[in-house]
Amino acid sequence: MGAGVVSTWTIHARRFEANAATREPTWLKGVLITIALLFFGLFLLLPLATVFAEAFRKGWAVYFAALVEPDARSAMMLTLLVAAIAVPLNLVFGVTAAWAIAKFNFRGKQLLTTLIDLPFSVSPVIAGLIYVLIFGAQGWFGPWLIEHDVQIIFAVPGLVLATIFVTFPFVARELIPLMEAQGREEEEAAIVLGASGWKTFWYVTLPNIKWGLIYGVVLCNARAMGEFGAVSVVSGHIRGRTNTLPLHVEILYNEYQFAAAFAVASLLALLALLTLVLKSFVEWQGRRSMHHSQEASEVIS
Amino acid sequence: MSRSKTHRVLPGFPLTLGYTLVYLSLVVLIPLSAVFLKSMSLSLEEFWAIISAPRVVSSYKISFGISLLAAAINAVFGLIFAWVLVRYHFPGKRIIDALVDLPFALPTAVAGIALTALYAGNGWLGQWLEPLGLKVAFTPLGILVALTFIGLPFVVRTVQPVLEDLEMELEEAAASLGADRGQTFWRVILPVLTPALLTGFALAFARAVGEYGSVIFIAGNVPMVSEITPLLIITKLEQYDYVGATAIAVVMLVFSFILLFLINGLQIWANRSRVRT
Repeated sequence: MGAGVVSTWTIHARRFEANAATREPTWLKGVLITIALLFFGLFLLLPLATVFAEAFRKGWAVYFAALVEPDARSAMMLTLLVAAIAVPLNLVFGVTAAWAIAKFNFRGKQLLTTLIDLPFSVSPVIAGLIYVLIFGAQGWFGPWLIEHDVQIIFAVPGLVLATIFVTFPFVARELIPLMEAQGREEEEAAIVLGASGWKTFWYVTLPNIKWGLIYGVVLCNARAMGEFGAVSVVSGHIRGRTNTLPLHVEILYNEYQFAAAFAVASLLALLALLTLVLKSFVEWQGRRSMHHSQEASEVIS
Repeated sequence: MSRSKTHRVLPGFPLTLGYTLVYLSLVVLIPLSAVFLKSMSLSLEEFWAIISAPRVVSSYKISFGISLLAAAINAVFGLIFAWVLVRYHFPGKRIIDALVDLPFALPTAVAGIALTALYAGNGWLGQWLEPLGLKVAFTPLGILVALTFIGLPFVVRTVQPVLEDLEMELEEAAASLGADRGQTFWRVILPVLTPALLTGFALAFARAVGEYGSVIFIAGNVPMVSEITPLLIITKLEQYDYVGATAIAVVMLVFSFILLFLINGLQIWANRSRVRT
């Protein structure tokens, strides 16, 4: 990413605009900005505005009724529960994988990094299907699970598994390049000076990767709470029991309760906006701390 | 490099690598292999009969064709978008930049119903488009709109950092050698951006092919006309046709794997050409 804080971002654009050799004619600049703004309005702003307009179409009373209704409340609780299990598991995995990949050299490293990204290129529908094939009634463990009265598919464990799969790479892919760029000198120094492995990670590595870690968790959480396709396959859509918020939106919509569907959808849209705000904040902090450490190292050298 | 191989200073390598491999296998690799193992219960003829049935083939054409078109639209407009964000200064730029990632953050089901409401006959845009004879909601055109929406951030976010790293001196040199702005763009800037642009295009394409949530609400889902392949897998599952669903999933997975390795290659190329400039 480009170096620096908020102001340098603007300076970058201004430098090009001030230089006669790297400046486009004003009409062209106007046309390009207009195209970008139209595209932005058409594909980003209007859909977002539609969610809130439709949600409040029948007034505040209907809006709030849709949110406090028991099925909606249990969907909220389930969404929170699924994210509360899936995100920490993928967080631990992300840190572990990044430590192994970024701090050591071994054969097959590139392949391992590619395999970690695999869930991103698999259709969410297939992400659900694989767990049906393993834990479903006709799956590998189906008969055994039925015998022992354990339900995974069409139950909460299935939702958690599918969510872990689709959010699997988020933290790892954020941390691997970051930790590779930071090298291992600082950690090696700590170890040589007598710190234990844990202490080194806690006091040396963690402060360095803090913003990248939060960034990955924020994105991971947004996807975990918003996933639709994968959980739709394993959920069975049992109201009040296996319906997450996105699935609840679908059910309301298919029952033509549009205002209620959009009311619940507006909650998810707010979550998305909150994610974007957090993401921008973390990016800004990350750039700032990078900027500071660059300045520090320039002073030292 | 070889020094750390002979005696590692840092601890935890066996533990972290071991945990990574076990977790990766349990969550991703073994479950994915279930698809291939299940499909082996079919003979080759049976497998071929399922994946080449007319309804299935037409779903490939719809899914892959429209995804390709959506990725192409995103390549063009994503490049303009990234250019405007990096090179120009205008009010509201920071907010617009942050909102580019909305399709990543907004749950697909929400995007689906929002786009449907927007383009339906009584929607904000639909009421103007339908009198012109342009039906978007519940037609293949609706699929294109949804897939363009979800693929939008990929090209912007891959091109943007490369454009930010581009040195002004490069373009000054081109100008001082007599190139006009257009020539500088086509001969100097675009070649540097090409690897990133192709990566973004491929990422948007890969995402669009597998997309389900945002499409099913707006597509109308008419077999042979507007039925995407992921929906066909769900339909087969709902009919308890697990083998049929699995066979189609194999086709999609093989395609995803090919695309994944292609994207990896593109990214390596992109990184190399970034280092060189």
